[in-house]
Amino acid sequence: MNLYLPIAELSVNVFVLIGMGAAVGFLSGLFGVGGGFLITPLLIFYNIPPAVAVATGANQVIASSFSGALAHYKRGTVDLKLGTMLLIGGAVGSVLGVLLFTLLRRLGQLDLIVSLLYVVFLGTVGGLMLVESVRAMLRASGDGSGEIRKSGHHSWIHRLPLKMRFQRSKLYVSVIPVLGIGLFIGILGAVMGVGGGFIMVPAMIYLLRVPTSVVVGTSLFQIIFTAAVTTVLQAATNTTIDVVLAFLLMIGGVVGAQFGAEAGRKLRGDQLRALLALLVLSVCLRLAFQLVAYPGELFSITLPTGELG
Amino acid sequence: MRSGPQRLLRRLACAGTLAALVPAALAPATAQNLLPETFEIGLSTERIGITSDFNGARLVIFGALDNADAQILRQQRYDIIVALEGPKRPVVVREKERTLGLWINRGSEDFNAAPSSYALASTRPLGDIAPESTLAQLSIGIDDLRLDAKRQGETAVPNRDIYATAFRRIKKETGLYNQTHGTVEFVSPTLFRADLQLPADLPVGRHVARAFLFRSGVFLRERSDELYVVKTGFENFVYDFATRNSLTYGIFAVLLAIFTGWFGRIVFRRD
Repeated sequence: MNLYLPIAELSVNVFVLIGMGAAVGFLSGLFGVGGGFLITPLLIFYNIPPAVAVATGANQVIASSFSGALAHYKRGTVDLKLGTMLLIGGAVGSVLGVLLFTLLRRLGQLDLIVSLLYVVFLGTVGGLMLVESVRAMLRASGDGSGEIRKSGHHSWIHRLPLKMRFQRSKLYVSVIPVLGIGLFIGILGAVMGVGGGFIMVPAMIYLLRVPTSVVVGTSLFQIIFTAAVTTVLQAATNTTIDVVLAFLLMIGGVVGAQFGAEAGRKLRGDQLRALLALLVLSVCLRLAFQLVAYPGELFSITLPTGELG
Repeated sequence: MRSGPQRLLRRLACAGTLAALVPAALAPATAQNLLPETFEIGLSTERIGITSDFNGARLVIFGALDNADAQILRQQRYDIIVALEGPKRPVVVREKERTLGLWINRGSEDFNAAPSSYALASTRPLGDIAPESTLAQLSIGIDDLRLDAKRQGETAVPNRDIYATAFRRIKKETGLYNQTHGTVEFVSPTLFRADLQLPADLPVGRHVARAFLFRSGVFLRERSDELYVVKTGFENFVYDFATRNSLTYGIFAVLLAIFTGWFGRIVFRRD
Protein backbone atom coordinates (compact mmCIF):
# COMPACT_ATOMS: atom_id res chain seq x y z
CA MET A 1 0.00 0.00 0.00
CA ASN A 2 1.53 3.28 -1.08
CA LEU A 3 1.03 6.62 0.57
CA TYR A 4 2.13 10.10 -0.50
CA LEU A 5 4.00 11.94 2.26
CA PRO A 6 2.94 15.61 2.41
CA ILE A 7 6.24 17.10 3.64
CA ALA A 8 8.79 14.64 2.24
CA GLU A 9 6.81 14.90 -1.05
CA LEU A 10 7.20 11.36 -2.25
CA SER A 11 5.25 8.14 -2.32
CA VAL A 12 6.28 5.37 0.09
CA ASN A 13 5.18 1.87 1.06
CA VAL A 14 3.28 1.94 4.37
CA PHE A 15 4.34 -1.56 5.48
CA VAL A 16 8.04 -0.96 4.90
CA LEU A 17 7.88 2.05 7.21
CA ILE A 18 5.89 0.27 9.93
CA GLY A 19 8.36 -2.63 9.77
CA MET A 20 11.31 -0.25 10.05
CA GLY A 21 9.66 1.37 13.07
CA ALA A 22 9.05 -2.00 14.73
CA ALA A 23 12.64 -3.21 14.31
CA VAL A 24 14.08 0.00 15.67
CA GLY A 25 11.48 0.15 18.47
CA PHE A 26 12.56 -3.31 19.64
CA LEU A 27 16.18 -2.21 19.97
CA SER A 28 14.98 0.98 21.64
CA GLY A 29 13.12 -0.86 24.39
CA LEU A 30 16.00 -3.29 24.79
CA PHE A 31 18.85 -0.81 25.12
CA GLY A 32 17.17 2.39 26.27
CA VAL A 33 18.25 4.19 23.14
CA GLY A 34 15.69 6.23 21.23
CA GLY A 35 16.66 4.48 18.03
CA GLY A 36 17.09 7.71 16.06
CA PHE A 37 20.65 6.80 15.11
CA LEU A 38 19.23 3.75 13.33
CA ILE A 39 16.03 5.20 11.89
CA THR A 40 17.66 8.28 10.31
CA PRO A 41 20.10 6.31 8.08
CA LEU A 42 17.31 3.84 7.25
CA LEU A 43 15.01 6.66 6.10
CA ILE A 44 17.75 8.28 4.02
CA PHE A 45 18.40 4.89 2.47
CA TYR A 46 14.68 4.78 1.62
CA ASN A 47 15.03 8.06 -0.37
CA ILE A 48 13.50 10.35 2.27
CA PRO A 49 15.28 13.74 2.00
CA PRO A 50 18.00 13.80 4.74
CA ALA A 51 16.65 16.97 6.40
CA VAL A 52 13.18 15.43 6.73
CA ALA A 53 14.65 12.11 7.91
CA VAL A 54 16.69 13.80 10.64
CA ALA A 55 13.81 15.90 11.96
CA THR A 56 11.09 13.26 11.65
CA GLY A 57 13.38 10.74 13.36
CA ALA A 58 13.27 12.95 16.46
CA ASN A 59 9.46 12.96 16.37
CA GLN A 60 9.32 9.17 16.11
CA VAL A 61 11.79 8.79 18.97
CA ILE A 62 9.33 10.51 21.35
CA ALA A 63 6.75 7.78 20.88
CA SER A 64 9.03 4.79 21.39
CA SER A 65 10.86 6.46 24.30
CA PHE A 66 7.60 7.34 26.03
CA SER A 67 6.31 3.82 25.58
CA GLY A 68 9.59 2.36 26.88
CA ALA A 69 9.86 4.85 29.75
CA LEU A 70 6.37 3.89 30.98
CA ALA A 71 7.48 0.26 31.18
CA HIS A 72 10.60 1.25 33.14
CA TYR A 73 8.74 3.64 35.40
CA LYS A 74 6.48 0.81 36.52
CA ARG A 75 9.57 -1.22 37.48
CA GLY A 76 11.01 1.74 39.37
CA THR A 77 14.09 2.01 37.16
CA VAL A 78 13.74 5.71 36.31
CA ASP A 79 15.70 8.31 38.28
CA LEU A 80 13.47 11.35 37.81
CA LYS A 81 15.84 13.75 39.56
CA LEU A 82 18.87 12.76 37.50
CA GLY A 83 16.72 12.77 34.36
CA THR A 84 15.48 16.31 35.07
CA MET A 85 19.03 17.61 35.54
CA LEU A 86 20.14 16.03 32.25
CA LEU A 87 17.06 17.56 30.70
CA ILE A 88 17.86 21.13 31.66
CA GLY A 89 21.20 20.82 29.90
CA GLY A 90 19.53 18.99 27.00
CA ALA A 91 16.93 21.71 26.31
CA VAL A 92 19.62 24.38 25.97
CA GLY A 93 21.61 22.03 23.76
CA SER A 94 18.63 21.41 21.47
CA VAL A 95 18.20 25.13 20.77
CA LEU A 96 21.89 25.50 19.91
CA GLY A 97 21.75 22.33 17.83
CA VAL A 98 18.83 23.44 15.65
CA LEU A 99 20.61 26.74 14.92
CA LEU A 100 23.73 24.80 13.96
CA PHE A 101 21.66 22.44 11.80
CA THR A 102 20.18 25.35 9.82
CA LEU A 103 23.62 26.90 9.32
CA LEU A 104 25.29 23.67 8.18
CA ARG A 105 22.50 22.92 5.76
CA ARG A 106 22.95 26.30 4.13
CA LEU A 107 26.68 25.67 3.75
CA GLY A 108 26.03 22.32 2.07
CA GLN A 109 28.12 20.47 4.64
CA LEU A 110 25.31 19.05 6.78
CA ASP A 111 25.59 15.52 5.44
CA LEU A 112 29.34 15.49 5.96
CA ILE A 113 29.20 16.81 9.53
CA VAL A 114 26.38 14.44 10.44
CA SER A 115 28.30 11.47 9.03
CA LEU A 116 31.56 12.51 10.71
CA LEU A 117 29.83 13.02 14.07
CA TYR A 118 28.25 9.61 13.76
CA VAL A 119 31.51 7.91 12.89
CA VAL A 120 33.53 9.61 15.63
CA PHE A 121 30.99 9.13 18.41
CA LEU A 122 29.69 5.75 17.44
CA GLY A 123 33.23 4.49 16.97
CA THR A 124 34.56 5.81 20.28
CA VAL A 125 31.54 4.87 22.34
CA GLY A 126 31.06 1.48 20.70
CA GLY A 127 34.74 0.55 20.97
CA LEU A 128 35.05 1.53 24.64
CA MET A 129 31.82 -0.23 25.56
CA LEU A 130 32.76 -3.41 23.76
CA VAL A 131 36.14 -3.66 25.50
CA GLU A 132 34.63 -2.94 28.91
CA SER A 133 31.66 -5.26 28.59
CA VAL A 134 33.70 -8.18 27.29
CA ARG A 135 36.05 -7.75 30.27
CA ALA A 136 33.07 -7.64 32.62
CA MET A 137 31.65 -10.78 31.04
CA LEU A 138 34.96 -12.60 31.46
CA ARG A 139 35.12 -11.50 35.10
CA ALA A 140 31.55 -12.44 35.80
CA SER A 141 31.66 -15.75 33.96
CA GLY A 142 31.45 -17.58 37.29
CA ASP A 143 28.80 -15.56 39.02
CA GLY A 144 28.10 -11.86 39.56
CA SER A 145 25.68 -9.20 38.44
CA GLY A 146 27.72 -7.99 35.47
CA GLU A 147 27.55 -4.53 37.00
CA ILE A 148 30.41 -2.06 36.60
CA ARG A 149 32.88 -2.47 39.45
CA LYS A 150 32.87 0.56 41.73
CA SER A 151 36.53 1.31 41.97
CA GLY A 152 37.77 3.00 45.13
CA HIS A 153 39.58 5.45 42.90
CA HIS A 154 37.39 8.44 41.98
CA SER A 155 37.80 10.16 38.63
CA TRP A 156 38.13 13.96 38.29
CA ILE A 157 34.39 14.12 37.62
CA HIS A 158 33.71 13.12 41.18
CA ARG A 159 35.87 15.93 42.56
CA LEU A 160 33.82 18.79 41.04
CA PRO A 161 31.80 21.12 43.31
CA LEU A 162 27.97 21.57 43.57
CA LYS A 163 27.33 17.99 44.59
CA MET A 164 23.85 16.59 44.57
CA ARG A 165 22.36 13.31 45.80
CA PHE A 166 20.49 11.06 43.36
CA GLN A 167 18.78 8.38 45.44
CA ARG A 168 17.53 5.99 42.77
CA SER A 169 20.95 5.86 41.16
CA LYS A 170 22.73 5.56 44.52
CA LEU A 171 24.84 8.51 43.48
CA TYR A 172 26.37 11.62 45.06
CA VAL A 173 27.91 13.70 42.31
CA SER A 174 28.41 17.29 41.07
CA VAL A 175 25.65 18.68 38.79
CA ILE A 176 28.25 20.21 36.43
CA PRO A 177 29.04 17.00 34.49
CA VAL A 178 25.34 16.06 34.54
CA LEU A 179 24.29 19.38 32.96
CA GLY A 180 27.28 19.21 30.60
CA ILE A 181 26.38 15.77 29.32
CA GLY A 182 22.78 16.93 28.83
CA LEU A 183 23.86 20.03 26.88
CA PHE A 184 26.25 18.14 24.67
CA ILE A 185 23.70 15.46 23.85
CA GLY A 186 21.05 18.10 23.13
CA ILE A 187 23.29 19.63 20.45
CA LEU A 188 24.13 16.27 18.93
CA GLY A 189 20.49 15.25 19.00
CA ALA A 190 19.34 18.24 17.00
CA VAL A 191 22.12 18.04 14.42
CA MET A 192 22.07 14.27 14.01
CA GLY A 193 18.33 13.72 14.45
CA VAL A 194 18.83 11.41 17.39
CA GLY A 195 17.70 11.48 21.00
CA GLY A 196 21.32 10.85 21.89
CA GLY A 197 20.56 7.68 23.86
CA PHE A 198 23.47 5.80 22.36
CA ILE A 199 25.83 8.37 23.90
CA MET A 200 23.71 9.08 26.97
CA VAL A 201 23.64 5.44 28.06
CA PRO A 202 27.42 4.92 27.99
CA ALA A 203 28.02 8.40 29.47
CA MET A 204 25.80 7.61 32.45
CA ILE A 205 27.31 4.17 32.89
CA TYR A 206 30.96 5.10 32.58
CA LEU A 207 31.21 8.78 33.53
CA LEU A 208 28.56 9.02 36.24
CA ARG A 209 28.63 5.35 37.31
CA VAL A 210 24.86 4.92 37.37
CA PRO A 211 23.69 1.27 37.64
CA THR A 212 22.89 -0.13 34.19
CA SER A 213 19.29 -0.98 35.11
CA VAL A 214 18.52 2.63 36.07
CA VAL A 215 20.42 4.04 33.11
CA VAL A 216 18.05 2.65 30.50
CA GLY A 217 14.85 4.00 32.08
CA THR A 218 16.36 7.38 32.95
CA SER A 219 17.83 7.77 29.49
CA LEU A 220 14.44 7.06 27.91
CA PHE A 221 12.74 9.54 30.25
CA GLN A 222 15.24 12.24 29.32
CA ILE A 223 15.10 11.50 25.59
CA ILE A 224 11.32 12.09 25.48
CA PHE A 225 11.84 15.73 26.37
CA THR A 226 14.98 16.38 24.33
CA ALA A 227 13.30 14.88 21.27
CA ALA A 228 10.13 16.89 21.95
CA VAL A 229 12.05 20.17 22.05
CA THR A 230 13.93 19.19 18.87
CA THR A 231 10.67 18.29 17.11
CA VAL A 232 8.98 21.61 17.92
CA LEU A 233 12.07 23.61 16.92
CA GLN A 234 12.57 21.69 13.67
CA ALA A 235 8.90 22.16 12.80
CA ALA A 236 9.02 25.89 13.54
CA THR A 237 12.35 26.73 11.89
CA ASN A 238 12.82 24.22 9.07
CA THR A 239 9.35 22.73 8.36
CA THR A 240 10.98 19.32 8.11
CA ILE A 241 8.68 17.24 10.36
CA ASP A 242 6.52 14.91 8.29
CA VAL A 243 3.81 13.89 10.71
CA VAL A 244 2.44 11.18 8.40
CA LEU A 245 5.88 9.60 8.09
CA ALA A 246 6.47 9.92 11.84
CA PHE A 247 3.12 8.32 12.67
CA LEU A 248 3.82 5.28 10.50
CA LEU A 249 7.17 4.78 12.22
CA MET A 250 5.57 5.28 15.65
CA ILE A 251 2.98 2.56 15.12
CA GLY A 252 5.76 0.05 14.53
CA GLY A 253 7.98 1.64 17.16
CA VAL A 254 5.66 1.39 20.16
CA VAL A 255 4.91 -2.28 19.51
CA GLY A 256 8.60 -3.07 19.08
CA ALA A 257 9.55 -1.15 22.23
CA GLN A 258 7.34 -3.30 24.49
CA PHE A 259 8.82 -6.52 23.12
CA GLY A 260 12.29 -5.01 23.45
CA ALA A 261 11.79 -4.06 27.09
CA GLU A 262 10.65 -7.62 27.82
CA ALA A 263 13.70 -9.09 26.07
CA GLY A 264 15.91 -6.70 28.05
CA ARG A 265 14.79 -8.21 31.35
CA LYS A 266 16.22 -11.57 30.32
CA LEU A 267 19.72 -10.23 29.70
CA ARG A 268 22.46 -9.35 32.19
CA GLY A 269 23.88 -5.81 32.27
CA ASP A 270 27.20 -6.76 30.69
CA GLN A 271 25.52 -8.76 27.91
CA LEU A 272 23.23 -5.82 27.20
CA ARG A 273 26.20 -3.45 26.98
CA ALA A 274 28.15 -5.78 24.71
CA LEU A 275 25.22 -6.13 22.33
CA LEU A 276 24.65 -2.37 22.24
CA ALA A 277 28.38 -1.89 21.58
CA LEU A 278 28.22 -4.25 18.60
CA LEU A 279 25.18 -2.49 17.22
CA VAL A 280 26.79 0.94 17.61
CA LEU A 281 30.01 -0.26 15.97
CA SER A 282 28.26 -1.77 12.98
CA VAL A 283 26.38 1.46 12.24
CA CYS A 284 29.69 3.32 12.63
CA LEU A 285 31.50 1.06 10.16
CA ARG A 286 28.78 1.41 7.57
CA LEU A 287 28.88 5.21 7.74
CA ALA A 288 32.68 5.31 7.72
CA PHE A 289 32.71 3.15 4.61
CA GLN A 290 30.27 5.57 2.94
CA LEU A 291 32.57 8.53 3.59
CA VAL A 292 35.65 6.85 2.17
CA ALA A 293 34.20 4.75 -0.66
CA TYR A 294 33.77 6.26 -4.11
CA PRO A 295 30.26 7.74 -4.24
CA GLY A 296 28.12 6.61 -7.14
CA GLU A 297 27.08 10.19 -7.80
CA LEU A 298 29.53 13.04 -7.31
CA PHE A 299 27.00 15.81 -7.88
CA SER A 300 24.04 16.79 -5.73
CA ILE A 301 21.25 19.30 -6.27
CA THR A 302 19.77 21.37 -3.45
CA LEU A 303 17.86 24.58 -2.96
CA PRO A 304 20.01 27.50 -1.72
CA THR A 305 18.78 26.83 1.83
CA GLY A 306 20.16 23.32 1.51
CA GLU A 307 16.81 21.56 1.12
CA LEU A 308 16.56 19.05 -1.65
CA GLY A 309 15.04 20.70 -4.73
CA MET B 1 19.88 67.85 -49.04
CA ARG B 2 17.42 67.10 -51.83
CA SER B 3 18.88 63.67 -52.59
CA GLY B 4 17.47 62.17 -49.34
CA PRO B 5 13.75 62.20 -50.09
CA GLN B 6 14.40 61.20 -53.69
CA ARG B 7 16.31 58.07 -52.67
CA LEU B 8 13.56 57.17 -50.26
CA LEU B 9 10.96 57.49 -53.00
CA ARG B 10 12.95 55.29 -55.31
CA ARG B 11 13.30 52.65 -52.65
CA LEU B 12 9.60 52.66 -51.93
CA ALA B 13 8.85 52.22 -55.58
CA CYS B 14 11.23 49.29 -55.75
CA ALA B 15 9.68 47.62 -52.73
CA GLY B 16 6.24 48.13 -54.17
CA THR B 17 7.21 46.32 -57.34
CA LEU B 18 8.63 43.42 -55.36
CA ALA B 19 5.59 43.17 -53.16
CA ALA B 20 3.42 43.03 -56.21
CA LEU B 21 5.63 40.46 -57.91
CA VAL B 22 5.96 37.90 -55.14
CA PRO B 23 2.30 36.89 -54.74
CA ALA B 24 1.90 36.80 -58.50
CA ALA B 25 4.79 34.38 -58.95
CA LEU B 26 3.74 32.04 -56.15
CA ALA B 27 0.01 32.35 -56.73
CA PRO B 28 -0.69 28.76 -57.90
CA ALA B 29 0.97 27.14 -54.88
CA THR B 30 -0.40 29.38 -52.17
CA ALA B 31 -3.81 30.19 -53.48
CA GLN B 32 -5.59 29.40 -50.20
CA ASN B 33 -2.72 30.52 -47.99
CA LEU B 34 -2.65 34.29 -48.00
CA LEU B 35 -2.99 34.34 -44.24
CA PRO B 36 -0.06 33.23 -42.02
CA GLU B 37 -0.36 29.94 -40.11
CA THR B 38 -1.77 30.26 -36.62
CA PHE B 39 -2.18 27.65 -33.94
CA GLU B 40 -3.76 27.28 -30.55
CA ILE B 41 -3.35 24.72 -27.78
CA GLY B 42 -5.65 23.39 -25.11
CA LEU B 43 -4.77 21.29 -22.06
CA SER B 44 -6.79 18.24 -21.06
CA THR B 45 -6.80 19.62 -17.52
CA GLU B 46 -5.94 22.93 -15.85
CA ARG B 47 -5.19 21.42 -12.50
CA ILE B 48 -3.48 18.20 -11.45
CA GLY B 49 -4.29 17.17 -7.89
CA ILE B 50 -1.73 15.17 -5.94
CA THR B 51 -3.66 12.66 -3.87
CA SER B 52 -2.26 10.13 -1.41
CA ASP B 53 -2.00 7.51 -4.15
CA PHE B 54 -0.62 9.81 -6.88
CA ASN B 55 1.70 7.81 -9.08
CA GLY B 56 2.45 10.03 -12.04
CA ALA B 57 0.08 11.23 -14.73
CA ARG B 58 -0.33 11.49 -18.47
CA LEU B 59 -1.10 14.90 -19.83
CA VAL B 60 -2.64 15.31 -23.25
CA ILE B 61 -2.30 18.66 -24.97
CA PHE B 62 -4.47 19.26 -28.02
CA GLY B 63 -3.79 21.84 -30.62
CA ALA B 64 -5.27 23.23 -33.82
CA LEU B 65 -3.23 24.49 -36.74
CA ASP B 66 -5.06 27.02 -38.98
CA ASN B 67 -4.23 28.33 -42.42
CA ALA B 68 -1.75 25.53 -42.92
CA ASP B 69 -0.34 25.08 -46.39
CA ALA B 70 -1.77 21.81 -47.67
CA GLN B 71 1.34 20.93 -49.62
CA ILE B 72 3.75 21.53 -46.75
CA LEU B 73 1.38 19.60 -44.52
CA ARG B 74 1.42 16.67 -46.97
CA GLN B 75 5.20 16.71 -47.01
CA GLN B 76 5.13 16.69 -43.22
CA ARG B 77 7.29 19.79 -43.04
CA TYR B 78 5.33 21.32 -40.18
CA ASP B 79 6.84 20.40 -36.84
CA ILE B 80 5.41 20.90 -33.41
CA ILE B 81 7.17 20.76 -30.05
CA VAL B 82 5.21 20.81 -26.80
CA ALA B 83 6.94 21.10 -23.41
CA LEU B 84 5.67 21.36 -19.86
CA GLU B 85 8.07 23.29 -17.63
CA GLY B 86 7.77 22.92 -13.87
CA PRO B 87 8.08 25.82 -11.43
CA LYS B 88 11.45 27.57 -11.79
CA ARG B 89 13.54 27.43 -8.65
CA PRO B 90 17.00 28.57 -7.67
CA VAL B 91 19.25 25.57 -7.11
CA VAL B 92 22.80 24.87 -6.02
CA VAL B 93 24.70 22.03 -7.67
CA ARG B 94 27.60 20.73 -5.60
CA GLU B 95 30.41 18.40 -6.53
CA LYS B 96 32.11 16.01 -4.14
CA GLU B 97 35.87 15.76 -4.21
CA ARG B 98 38.19 13.48 -2.37
CA THR B 99 39.84 15.44 0.43
CA LEU B 100 42.06 13.75 3.02
CA GLY B 101 40.53 10.45 2.01
CA LEU B 102 36.95 11.65 2.51
CA TRP B 103 34.41 12.59 -0.12
CA ILE B 104 33.45 16.17 0.67
CA ASN B 105 31.28 18.75 -1.13
CA ARG B 106 33.74 21.21 -2.66
CA GLY B 107 32.88 23.12 -5.82
CA SER B 108 29.39 24.44 -6.44
CA GLU B 109 27.45 26.54 -8.91
CA ASP B 110 24.17 28.40 -8.46
CA PHE B 111 21.44 28.44 -11.09
CA ASN B 112 18.81 31.03 -10.38
CA ALA B 113 15.83 29.66 -12.32
CA ALA B 114 16.06 25.97 -13.12
CA PRO B 115 12.74 24.32 -14.05
CA SER B 116 12.05 21.73 -11.36
CA SER B 117 10.57 19.39 -13.96
CA TYR B 118 10.48 19.25 -17.75
CA ALA B 119 8.52 17.01 -20.10
CA LEU B 120 8.78 17.43 -23.85
CA ALA B 121 6.99 15.83 -26.79
CA SER B 122 7.77 16.54 -30.43
CA THR B 123 6.90 15.36 -33.92
CA ARG B 124 10.51 14.40 -34.74
CA PRO B 125 13.93 14.39 -33.00
CA LEU B 126 14.73 17.99 -32.05
CA GLY B 127 17.89 18.10 -34.15
CA ASP B 128 15.82 17.36 -37.28
CA ILE B 129 13.28 20.06 -36.54
CA ALA B 130 15.46 23.13 -36.13
CA PRO B 131 19.11 24.07 -35.92
CA GLU B 132 20.87 24.07 -32.57
CA SER B 133 21.02 27.86 -32.40
CA THR B 134 17.24 28.17 -32.70
CA LEU B 135 16.64 25.58 -29.99
CA ALA B 136 19.07 27.39 -27.70
CA GLN B 137 17.48 30.74 -28.48
CA LEU B 138 14.04 29.41 -27.55
CA SER B 139 15.24 27.23 -24.64
CA ILE B 140 13.80 24.02 -26.11
CA GLY B 141 14.90 20.53 -25.12
CA ILE B 142 16.76 19.28 -22.07
CA ASP B 143 20.19 20.06 -23.53
CA ASP B 144 19.25 23.59 -24.50
CA LEU B 145 17.07 24.37 -21.52
CA ARG B 146 18.02 27.62 -19.83
CA LEU B 147 18.77 27.17 -16.13
CA ASP B 148 19.33 30.85 -15.36
CA ALA B 149 16.88 33.67 -15.86
CA LYS B 150 18.20 35.89 -18.62
CA ARG B 151 20.10 38.82 -17.20
CA GLN B 152 20.65 42.15 -18.92
CA GLY B 153 22.96 41.90 -21.92
CA GLU B 154 23.35 38.15 -21.70
CA THR B 155 23.54 35.96 -24.75
CA ALA B 156 21.18 33.04 -25.10
CA VAL B 157 23.89 30.39 -24.95
CA PRO B 158 22.79 27.53 -22.70
CA ASN B 159 25.05 26.76 -19.82
CA ARG B 160 26.90 23.51 -20.52
CA ASP B 161 29.65 23.41 -17.89
CA ILE B 162 30.11 20.32 -15.70
CA TYR B 163 27.60 21.49 -13.10
CA ALA B 164 24.85 22.22 -15.63
CA THR B 165 25.53 18.93 -17.40
CA ALA B 166 25.42 17.02 -14.11
CA PHE B 167 22.18 18.80 -13.21
CA ARG B 168 20.56 17.73 -16.50
CA ARG B 169 21.84 14.17 -16.13
CA ILE B 170 20.53 13.78 -12.54
CA LYS B 171 17.17 15.26 -13.52
CA LYS B 172 16.94 12.84 -16.45
CA GLU B 173 17.91 9.87 -14.26
CA THR B 174 15.24 10.70 -11.68
CA GLY B 175 12.65 11.05 -14.45
CA LEU B 176 11.92 14.68 -13.67
CA TYR B 177 13.27 15.69 -17.07
CA ASN B 178 12.14 13.63 -20.02
CA GLN B 179 11.76 14.19 -23.73
CA THR B 180 10.32 11.93 -26.38
CA HIS B 181 9.84 12.33 -30.10
CA GLY B 182 7.07 11.03 -32.31
CA THR B 183 4.72 11.85 -29.46
CA VAL B 184 3.08 14.80 -31.18
CA GLU B 185 0.74 13.44 -33.85
CA PHE B 186 -1.61 15.00 -36.36
CA VAL B 187 -5.00 13.41 -35.87
CA SER B 188 -6.40 15.41 -38.80
CA PRO B 189 -4.81 17.94 -41.16
CA THR B 190 -5.51 20.71 -38.66
CA LEU B 191 -5.67 18.95 -35.31
CA PHE B 192 -2.72 17.55 -33.37
CA ARG B 193 -2.25 15.96 -29.98
CA ALA B 194 0.81 15.73 -27.72
CA ASP B 195 1.27 13.07 -25.05
CA LEU B 196 3.36 14.03 -22.04
CA GLN B 197 4.35 11.62 -19.29
CA LEU B 198 4.58 13.27 -15.87
CA PRO B 199 6.57 11.63 -13.04
CA ALA B 200 5.24 10.51 -9.62
CA ASP B 201 7.25 13.17 -7.82
CA LEU B 202 5.86 15.98 -9.97
CA PRO B 203 6.65 19.22 -8.15
CA VAL B 204 3.69 21.26 -6.95
CA GLY B 205 3.17 24.79 -8.25
CA ARG B 206 2.62 26.61 -11.52
CA HIS B 207 3.67 24.68 -14.60
CA VAL B 208 3.79 26.29 -18.03
CA ALA B 209 2.98 24.39 -21.22
CA ARG B 210 4.85 25.90 -24.18
CA ALA B 211 4.13 24.85 -27.76
CA PHE B 212 6.25 25.79 -30.77
CA LEU B 213 5.37 25.65 -34.45
CA PHE B 214 8.08 25.20 -37.09
CA ARG B 215 7.80 25.15 -40.87
CA SER B 216 10.71 23.53 -42.70
CA GLY B 217 13.08 24.27 -39.86
CA VAL B 218 11.94 27.87 -39.44
CA PHE B 219 10.37 28.90 -36.16
CA LEU B 220 6.95 30.44 -36.75
CA ARG B 221 5.25 31.04 -33.45
CA GLU B 222 4.84 30.04 -29.82
CA ARG B 223 1.78 29.48 -27.65
CA SER B 224 1.67 28.88 -23.93
CA ASP B 225 -0.83 27.90 -21.31
CA GLU B 226 -0.55 27.26 -17.61
CA LEU B 227 -1.31 24.31 -15.40
CA TYR B 228 -1.39 24.10 -11.61
CA VAL B 229 -0.19 21.06 -9.71
CA VAL B 230 -1.64 21.12 -6.21
CA LYS B 231 -1.77 18.85 -3.20
CA THR B 232 -5.35 17.94 -2.45
CA GLY B 233 -7.35 16.68 0.49
CA PHE B 234 -5.45 15.40 3.51
CA GLU B 235 -1.98 16.00 2.00
CA ASN B 236 -2.85 19.61 1.36
CA PHE B 237 -4.24 20.01 4.86
CA VAL B 238 -1.08 18.66 6.51
CA TYR B 239 1.20 20.70 4.28
CA ASP B 240 -0.75 23.90 4.95
CA PHE B 241 -0.77 23.24 8.66
CA ALA B 242 3.00 22.58 8.69
CA THR B 243 3.87 25.74 6.76
CA ARG B 244 1.33 28.22 8.13
CA ASN B 245 1.16 27.25 11.80
CA SER B 246 4.53 25.61 12.11
CA LEU B 247 4.80 25.97 15.90
CA THR B 248 1.33 24.52 16.57
CA TYR B 249 2.13 21.78 14.09
CA GLY B 250 5.32 20.91 15.98
CA ILE B 251 3.45 20.75 19.30
CA PHE B 252 0.77 18.61 17.68
CA ALA B 253 3.47 16.25 16.36
CA VAL B 254 4.86 15.88 19.91
CA LEU B 255 1.41 15.23 21.43
CA LEU B 256 0.65 12.68 18.74
CA ALA B 257 3.90 10.88 19.56
CA ILE B 258 3.16 10.91 23.32
CA PHE B 259 -0.34 9.60 22.73
CA THR B 260 0.89 6.87 20.37
CA GLY B 261 3.56 5.85 22.89
CA TRP B 262 1.02 5.66 25.72
CA PHE B 263 -1.54 3.85 23.61
CA GLY B 264 1.07 1.37 22.38
CA ARG B 265 2.08 0.66 25.95
CA ILE B 266 -1.55 -0.02 26.97
CA VAL B 267 -2.27 -2.28 24.03
CA PHE B 268 0.99 -4.17 23.67
CA ARG B 269 2.35 -4.30 27.24
CA ARG B 270 4.36 -7.43 27.91
CA ASP B 271 4.73 -7.29 31.69
